[in-house]
Amino acid sequence: MATTAAPAGGARSGAGPEWGGFEENIQGGGSAVIDMENMDDTSGSSFEDMGELHQRLREEEVDADAAAAEEEDGEFLGMKGFKGQLSRQVADQMWQAGKRQASRAFSLYANIDILRPYFDVEPAQVRSRLLESMIPIKMVNFPQKIAGELYGPLMLVFTLVAILLHGMKTSDTIIREGTLMGTAIGTCFGYWLGVSSFIYFLAYLCNAQITMLQMLALLGYGLFGHCIVLFITYNIHLHALFYLFWLLVGGLSTLRMVAVLVSRTVGPTQRLLLCGTLAALHMLFLLYLHFAYHKVVEGILDTLEGPNIPPMQRVPRDIPAALPAARLPATVLNATAKAVMDDGGTAQTTLKAVTEPGTCP
Amino acid sequence: MRSHIREFDSSTLNESVQNTIMRDLKAVGKKFMHVLYPRKSNTLLRDWDLWGPLILCVTLALMLQRSSVDSEKDGGPQFAEVFVIVWFGAVTITLNSKLLGGNISFFQSLCVLGYCILPLTVAMLVCRLVLLAEQGPINFMVRLFVVIVMFTWSIVASTAFLADSQPPNRKALAIYPVFLFYFVISWMILTFTPQ
Repeated sequence: MATTAAPAGGARSGAGPEWGGFEENIQGGGSAVIDMENMDDTSGSSFEDMGELHQRLREEEVDADAAAAEEEDGEFLGMKGFKGQLSRQVADQMWQAGKRQASRAFSLYANIDILRPYFDVEPAQVRSRLLESMIPIKMVNFPQKIAGELYGPLMLVFTLVAILLHGMKTSDTIIREGTLMGTAIGTCFGYWLGVSSFIYFLAYLCNAQITMLQMLALLGYGLFGHCIVLFITYNIHLHALFYLFWLLVGGLSTLRMVAVLVSRTVGPTQRLLLCGTLAALHMLFLLYLHFAYHKVVEGILDTLEGPNIPPMQRVPRDIPAALPAARLPATVLNATAKAVMDDGGTAQTTLKAVTEPGTCP
Repeated sequence: MRSHIREFDSSTLNESVQNTIMRDLKAVGKKFMHVLYPRKSNTLLRDWDLWGPLILCVTLALMLQRSSVDSEKDGGPQFAEVFVIVWFGAVTITLNSKLLGGNISFFQSLCVLGYCILPLTVAMLVCRLVLLAEQGPINFMVRLFVVIVMFTWSIVASTAFLADSQPPNRKALAIYPVFLFYFVISWMILTFTPQ
């Protein structure tokens, strides 16, 4: 590769600085691969080159515009002499500072390339990681590897948002200040980012060997169990089934996360603190998601005959097979949702209150 | 909001407003046809525009408003909710496909995703008409069927346009968020009940 490079270098004698760098690299004993990359200055085919080219052109344009604008400003303001000079210099400096900040912000914002390595996954990898997130590994003496990727966790959080929305809609949850979508997104992203940060902080206190990215990935994949449980139990409303799934599936994914953390922490007190907190938060979150945004079947049946029945009266329990969501009036709330709302504020006066036996778990 | 080159802009500045509107409407109509009969083509990508997505988004958001008296608060958030879901969803999907290594530009992707909401808007119209009839399980089944068909149509249409811009082994990773996006919109349409 180096031999074909030399004649090309001879032909382009005008481009001095780039070729000087090339020679230095040869003397320094750099690898041929790096040298070829240095030479690739006018190919124009790589993304970064085109980006730089555009940036340079834009800057030149902006400079030309700025010069024209400055001249116009000077004439418009009509300042001449010393005062004019001073004000022009100040304006010039402010313009330069502003332009520098703007281009820095632009290159930071437009440079999503910093996130690119975390999305470098194949579908087979994502599939295997999803399955592994449900399998706790027994070997805790050796730090287990955590894949530091963000695609899987992000997609799982969005899936949880969609499932939560489905659950809220079928249970006709009424959110007063805010929207259903806002609540769902806030809950799921808040949990993922908030609990990850909190556990990362605890891990820092307990001297555990885990980075923020790994914590985000671990907790994100732990939401896979939540997605499964909620998807099933939002459609099949049986409390016993929910508790079974909560223990089994939720427990498995929690055990997996706990095992990984234990393998990366030293000392029994630290392990207990870290893993106890994570287990408690993870299981309680699933419990919260089920009960806060979900309607019990008995609640639907009690209020089906709805507005015609005077309040404080029991309804005979005639259980039909399936209920289309569209038949539910908007003001129907079950005891759980009422309890949740009563904490927040006043009850709706148009609500037809129907008693429920107090055996709702 | 069109991908013109600079010199062309100055020559269209002097034409009458009717000409401009008709030309833009024809372009939007042509793209609607491409979405309704999806084939692998470059039309949506080559000259992208955001008029179509805007019209569709506003239509969908207006139709999804509840017209009930005792829940006035629901009218406001419903419109803003749809808007925010559509545009931020599209932005998220675009960022995701770019991070996965796709070579599609930001606005091209927004254009495709916005135009492919057309089948779901049609589904919304049909659902509103069906809801004028008496409610019941049959009513629900009809609406469910229509929404599922249109949802599949949206996914197929957007896949036909977007799939080529992704690396071949990661198409599934890029299509999954599109699936979630249209699923959320379909769910909003299906569970809509005017009170």
